[in-house]
Amino acid sequence: MNHDEAFQQFLLRMGDNTLILGHRVSEWCGHAPVLEEDIALANTALDLIGQTQMWLGLAGEVKGGKSADDLAFLRDAWDFRNVLLVEVPNGDFGRTLMRQFLFDAWHSIMLGRLMTSSDDRVAAIAAKASKEVTYHLERSGDTVVGLGDGTEESHARMQEALDYLWPYVGEMFISDEVDTTIVAAGIAPNPTDLRDEYYALVERILTLATLTIPESRFAHKGGRDGRMHTEHLGHLLTQMQWLQRAYPGASW
Amino acid sequence: MYAQMVESEASNDDPDKLAEFQARIDADIKIEPKDWMPQAYRKTLIRQIGQHAHSEIVGQLPEGNWITRAPTLERKAILLAKVQDEAGHGLYLYCAAETLGVSRDEITEMLLDGRMKYSSIFNYPTLNWADIGAVGWLVDGAAIMNQVPLQRTSFGPYSRAMIRICKEESFHQRQGYDAIRKMAEGTPEQRKMAQDAMNRLWYPSLMMFGPSDKDSVHSAQSMAWKIKINTNDELRQKFVDQTVPQAEYLGLTIPDPDLRWNEERGHYDYTDPDWSEFFDVIKGNGPCNVDRLAARNKAWDDGKWVRDGLLAHARKKQAGNLAAE
Repeated sequence: MNHDEAFQQFLLRMGDNTLILGHRVSEWCGHAPVLEEDIALANTALDLIGQTQMWLGLAGEVKGGKSADDLAFLRDAWDFRNVLLVEVPNGDFGRTLMRQFLFDAWHSIMLGRLMTSSDDRVAAIAAKASKEVTYHLERSGDTVVGLGDGTEESHARMQEALDYLWPYVGEMFISDEVDTTIVAAGIAPNPTDLRDEYYALVERILTLATLTIPESRFAHKGGRDGRMHTEHLGHLLTQMQWLQRAYPGASW
Repeated sequence: MYAQMVESEASNDDPDKLAEFQARIDADIKIEPKDWMPQAYRKTLIRQIGQHAHSEIVGQLPEGNWITRAPTLERKAILLAKVQDEAGHGLYLYCAAETLGVSRDEITEMLLDGRMKYSSIFNYPTLNWADIGAVGWLVDGAAIMNQVPLQRTSFGPYSRAMIRICKEESFHQRQGYDAIRKMAEGTPEQRKMAQDAMNRLWYPSLMMFGPSDKDSVHSAQSMAWKIKINTNDELRQKFVDQTVPQAEYLGLTIPDPDLRWNEERGHYDYTDPDWSEFFDVIKGNGPCNVDRLAARNKAWDDGKWVRDGLLAHARKKQAGNLAAE
């Protein structure tokens, strides 16, 4: 795989993760359990959409000359490169926050490494995003602990959320040909190398939350390389891309 | 804004204290939470601030309706930032209401069971993307008309909340105008969306100022107390005068065949909204009343386990800290 192609795939992976998760989080608008959560969810979604503009903007610049909007609104599901974890439906508030935590933990470690990327543009985006994601992780971690170690019901719901989401965690640490090329160029770390730090972090928080990590290490995959997304992604895109698809060429 | 038809209360307080209170208000000295105030002043303010706060909260729904369908990343980001601001306004206003001795949970329950109202405008649907521009331009524009004078309102915490809110609202209005301008200057379909939004939202925006002065029974006392600064019709006229040239610039038609400049008055003559529709919406028969309230109730009910869980955890932590001391 040539460098530009791999670099673009890497950028799509970063930008599609934030785009799809930002979309999911924004679905909560006006429906959160308490006003402070409405604000926090909108804020998180806003940060993620802002990061999407940077990652997809660079992806379009590197290859193909497309805008971030072209990439967000005019690709079909098979061209999306986000991990499956971010496209699963919100479920209850517990599942939404558990998904956020499992993603934030990876995201914060990843961005920390990307701040020393050999590509200055990547390092600059990572530096900016990292400040936001540090806060995301603090908040999602605190909420997971609060609800895990809350009432009997909140504990049961958080355990259920963890059990449901756990099989989607492993995909974040599987390396492929794209990664090999990118790692060789010093642009990004090898996903596999983030695994130990991630599990240590997640285990520490989930222990405080009195939750049990499922034993199975089975991992669903197919999002990062686009081979097999979940059924949910198509519905999400149907909604997200509707105006751009229905009125091609219009400027908004 | 967002407080219309706020009923005022009759006062039967000590006449000397009342006179002293009125003298402070007349001298433009702010009333602060610990100061003596007539019961009716307190009750009317709780109702007005509460209604305003609820409007910010319910107002997230029609705008949230388009976040997942926003046509560009930038529009999506702007809309998210705006909705986040609205929720923040709700938060300051609930805090202002709390200084009058009513908790956020208490007045939230009153919203949810229908004892308290929110602005009738949010009982109208957002049906096409241009509605989001129109909400910013017309609805926030009307809100600002109401809120700018309220920065000078007599109750300190309300006045200070309003100063902060007005800054953000004027940004909202500008982004709304920019969004609808883009549509009005766009393809024929986009112009159709913009005109359709204007047709549906014009009269509901005029209704936001409340009933005509001749039918507004609650104004006099509130104006004497500087809880309300201008009459409904004054503000409505100001809004019409400001908005007509903007609509002309956009090439949009205001759905009022009798709208025209009156040289003698120095104002536009316009048709009043259909007040029977307004009272229907207030009574709960607007296009979205039932759904809006159901959505808020569902959010509150579904969120109970979350609130309970976080509270239980906070108590455990507190108990742990105490034990460690």
